[in-house]
Amino acid sequence: MTLIEFFIANQKDILGSLIRHFQLVGISVAAGMLIAIPLGIFLSRFQRFAPIILNFAGMIQTIPGLVMLGFALLLFGIGLLPALVVLSLYAVLPILHNTYTGITEVEKSYIEAARGIGMTDGQILYKVELPLALSSIVGGIRTSTVFTVSWATLAGLIGAGGLGDLIWTGLATYNTNYILAGAIPSAVVAVVLSGLIHLIQKKITPRGLKGVSA
Amino acid sequence: MIKFENVSKSYGESKVLKDLSFQINQGDFVVLIGPSGCGKTTTLRTINRLIEPDSGTIYIDGNDISALNPVELRRSIGYVIQQIGLFPNMTVEENIAVVPKLLKYPKEKWQPIVKDLLGLVGMPYDENAHKYPSELSGGQQQRIGVLRALAASPPIVLMDEPFGALDPITREALQEEVKRIQKKLKKTIVFVTHDMDEALKMADVIVFMSGGKILQMASPEELLQHPADPLISEFMGKHRGTVNINANLTAADFMKTRVLKASGSMQTLQSVELMRNRDVNSMIVLNEDDTYAGTVSLDTIKTHGKAGRAIGEFMETGVPTVNLKEDARETFEKLYTSPAGYVVVLNDDMSVAGLITKTSMAKAMGEALWGEMIS
Repeated sequence: MTLIEFFIANQKDILGSLIRHFQLVGISVAAGMLIAIPLGIFLSRFQRFAPIILNFAGMIQTIPGLVMLGFALLLFGIGLLPALVVLSLYAVLPILHNTYTGITEVEKSYIEAARGIGMTDGQILYKVELPLALSSIVGGIRTSTVFTVSWATLAGLIGAGGLGDLIWTGLATYNTNYILAGAIPSAVVAVVLSGLIHLIQKKITPRGLKGVSA
Repeated sequence: MIKFENVSKSYGESKVLKDLSFQINQGDFVVLIGPSGCGKTTTLRTINRLIEPDSGTIYIDGNDISALNPVELRRSIGYVIQQIGLFPNMTVEENIAVVPKLLKYPKEKWQPIVKDLLGLVGMPYDENAHKYPSELSGGQQQRIGVLRALAASPPIVLMDEPFGALDPITREALQEEVKRIQKKLKKTIVFVTHDMDEALKMADVIVFMSGGKILQMASPEELLQHPADPLISEFMGKHRGTVNINANLTAADFMKTRVLKASGSMQTLQSVELMRNRDVNSMIVLNEDDTYAGTVSLDTIKTHGKAGRAIGEFMETGVPTVNLKEDARETFEKLYTSPAGYVVVLNDDMSVAGLITKTSMAKAMGEALWGEMIS
């Protein structure tokens, strides 16, 4: 059976895995954003906490995915939940890091001007800091998304499904077609999502900032 | 009217403002100037409460500003900074309208303001309103910076070295524009600079600060004519002479004091060597008691002199002399009739004070007219 024949024969399974993969990535990146963006804003206000939190988030990132999944399995059992928890944790760091640096690297003269003309702290955040940090924040989301697409393949190991399921099945049965049926779509998904978010990033960057920050 | 009453501010051990009390009248263009670290920017920033004094009170129109809401206070005071600080994510129009929008002006109200203001600095609305700051030149950006400060019609505008980063030509154009706008709109402007040129050009009142205190607060004229402190004279440097052009200039103002002098007993070869080293062709001969005796020229020694003779033998006495306090005009006439091309300036005790050459005269005249010259 050729690869194409395999894809056609198993299109239902592959499509199902793909959709589950998207769910895994979408939910965990969304959860990552919900945690990381407010936390990044908080750290930019209270910068003395930043080194501790960022180092801690960095440490989580260095724990191998399999180990994390193992812990999650112990805590939450088998299925979708432990996978989502682990993937969300991984999604946090790039977004957190980019939110924090994006805000803290806004030129001080803009803040000085904003305060001097009578903006409140909240207005400075919403009208000046966040718009100027937006490109960096979206960049973090892009990194998180690409990473999560690849890490999500591990989720198959603890019964969360997704494209990883096909790969692990293939590996267990020496079936190349299964491996490729998982690997190719996940590679394509990573590239496509990365490109898509990059487009969004360019779209939301105001004309005045283009060429100013990369 | 802005009134400072015993305002002090320290950062740790260093006192940046020391018991400052002064008053700025409505409609005045007040320039704070002084060496760096003198407290001028700190003073400015206490007015809109970007810096809170440790003690003392600042009143605006009789209201103690520490009792006002700082955000509302700042919205009622224009603020322009050296780094311009236009928001790069907003268009020119949005930047100018930012304070009116904070004050919840409806669009029908703020848009005509933006149009008027752009017209005021010769930047047509249609061409410029929708550009972003990065699409403007530095001078245009700071024009918009000034307009942003003016948009909500604040009676007071604070400017912190607003033109410090601009090239000289642009700076001059903006100085004129701001001065014109200030007169037209009758704003009270408090302006920080370290450039005396700028201060003299713009100010109604100059506040000269040093070490957190006011050394002198006066009109530019007054400051030039009667600087209250040597530091002020030094700071004004080249400007000192400019108003004295018609004042009583004397020989002392024109002379150079670095002149070659020797006793009549000096030997010829030594004196020739000295004159060659200094690249001059004559020197002054002194009596034993250091009073003026005459002059000796390189040419005379070369034609008549022999090695080992005393220069006193070749001394001439035909060079005119003037007293240090001689009137400039008299000195000028003597210089032009002097066969040697210079005159010797003497102190009251007949010792030599210096000499005036045509070059030193021309240089001194130039300085009196145009300020310090490059030598």
